[in-house]
Amino acid sequence: MWRIEHHPILGDLKKQKKVLITLDGEQIEACEGEMVAAALMADGHRILRWTKKNDEPRGIFCAIGRCTDCVMIVNGVPNVRTCVTPVEDGMVIETQKGIGSWGKIE
Amino acid sequence: MPEQQRRSVDTLSLKKSGTPSLKELKSTPGFPPGKILEMGPLAVIECVQEIPCNPCETACPQGAIEVGSPITRLPVLKAEDCVGCGLCVAACPGLAIYIKDYTYEPERALITFPFEYLPLPGKGETVTMVNRLGEPVCPGEIVRVNRSRRNDRTTVISAAFDKRYFHEVVGMARMRRQ
Amino acid sequence: MTRTEILVIGAGPAGLSAAIESARAGARVLLIDENAAPGGQLFKQIHKFFGSREHRAGTRGLDIGTQLLAETRELGIGVMLSTEACAIYPGHEVWTVCEGKKSALIKTDCLIIATGASENAVSFPGWTLPGVMGAGAAQTMININRVLPGRHVLMLGSGNVGLIVSYQLLQAGAEVEAVVEAAPEIGGYGVHSAKIRRAGVPFYTSHTVVEARGREHVEEAVVAALDSNWRPLADSEQVFAVDTICLATGLTPLAELAWLAGCRFTYIPALGGHIPWHDKTMQSSIPGLYVAGDIAGVEEASTAMEEGRLAGINAAASLGYYATERREELSEQVRQRLAALRSGPFGDGRRSAKEEILNA
Repeated sequence: MWRIEHHPILGDLKKQKKVLITLDGEQIEACEGEMVAAALMADGHRILRWTKKNDEPRGIFCAIGRCTDCVMIVNGVPNVRTCVTPVEDGMVIETQKGIGSWGKIE
Repeated sequence: MPEQQRRSVDTLSLKKSGTPSLKELKSTPGFPPGKILEMGPLAVIECVQEIPCNPCETACPQGAIEVGSPITRLPVLKAEDCVGCGLCVAACPGLAIYIKDYTYEPERALITFPFEYLPLPGKGETVTMVNRLGEPVCPGEIVRVNRSRRNDRTTVISAAFDKRYFHEVVGMARMRRQ
Repeated sequence: MTRTEILVIGAGPAGLSAAIESARAGARVLLIDENAAPGGQLFKQIHKFFGSREHRAGTRGLDIGTQLLAETRELGIGVMLSTEACAIYPGHEVWTVCEGKKSALIKTDCLIIATGASENAVSFPGWTLPGVMGAGAAQTMININRVLPGRHVLMLGSGNVGLIVSYQLLQAGAEVEAVVEAAPEIGGYGVHSAKIRRAGVPFYTSHTVVEARGREHVEEAVVAALDSNWRPLADSEQVFAVDTICLATGLTPLAELAWLAGCRFTYIPALGGHIPWHDKTMQSSIPGLYVAGDIAGVEEASTAMEEGRLAGINAAASLGYYATERREELSEQVRQRLAALRSGPFGDGRRSAKEEILNA
């Protein structure tokens, strides 16, 4: 369990509205309004993408939207900073390989 | 109180191990004099560096803690005015104050210290008392768990322990979460 | 085009304080922030602040944040969130992009840039592995998102950020296996280090992380001792089984907007590097453009709030909302509170560094 249910200063985690998102096809329950990266981390997922050149795993680094280490494909759009993007019901998230693509120029 | 004693203690132990040594502490004005053993509950202020900070002075209703101006001065404990009420324990942002009472019982002393972890122990429970390095020293019995709102989420715990370990014990070990 | 009198960029402690003071003076204020929620890094500071009563000492950072937001609402300050300032044109015209979809050009008389700072990185083999993150990142995950980034953490850096985040990781339910510090002495406050030492966390001064190992995630941290020339000593390596390595190795001002606007800069390592030059009213080299908080030199939340107030008071005064005497009176009160926060052996370095800016 990665969620902090009971905290000595922040108190007990209040009941939150759940939403359903998918990660690479797998359904995950997330809390409404939380950041994508946090929802994935709560579900035990730490690898968010693989680099283009050396195919190396990356996860969060700065967690405040500055470093772009956390980018993933969200609803088909690549390079979305998951640490500052809130989840939405039905959101489709994919582990990004390399630089991602928006679709081809015909 | 000579002004030199109000200045930072140059501490090798603090800067390397993270905690001041007892020797370093005894030269600070917040550390009670030797007669702590006879005086009943007294505040022990383990504040050895000049940081701009004075909530301890503001919190004490007896005026037993003096910082003055500038607010970087080390707090002075006026032992004769301290009644061991423990309001300073939660007020200190550095969690550097606890109350010790050598006279609590014939065999046991009482320590009242700040604790900001979970789970909290229950009254009557046996816990592990620790020294400044976090090493277990002896068992302790929980006498009181104070969660007063006035303390703003800093729980203040009182525990009784074998008074042979009076000078070593500064708190309790964190307990395992279920 | 939106028109306002004082535009504050950044709704952290400095920006909120600047907006509040400007509004109190009677100016029309607009506060923008690129994040979806205001507060900057303030809401993850769940510990009680130091200082005196006037500095809100003894109050937890997150509660100070709530108080500042309440004051913002009471004063009717306009706040635009998810709004990024992308360009600053002459005449204080700021092009902003809202929610990545709409743009707005804001024309203002005065501009206060309070964009804060970001964490530095330290590189070593394996540093790109998931599990290596800034200490602030771990703090955001545990205190804002309420998720543990890992269960066994190694903290690199023993300044106040490293010490405080270590403590908060313990509070969140993680174990901090060690605090590693390259310098021969612990950098942060003794009361912070004593708190975590009491919880059994060991310190390794004159040590550093030389490698992070793991297949797809951090599994081990390799720590080596350093000689007096800061070089790793052969045969001194120790391996810690950890799943997270936090880097608490300093911050650097997020000063891009000040660069874009053409502000003059000065380089002061003690405050984080390139700092936009400013005078004692927090005005930069560009008339009507002020800076406040970590962008003007990395210090702490308390000084950020005071600098924000100083900028707000003086920006409003420059528009005629305070007479000279009142402006000086209010500014002096802030400067005295700042001087108190910059006193003592920890504050001295910052105080002289801030003085260096004034003389640059």
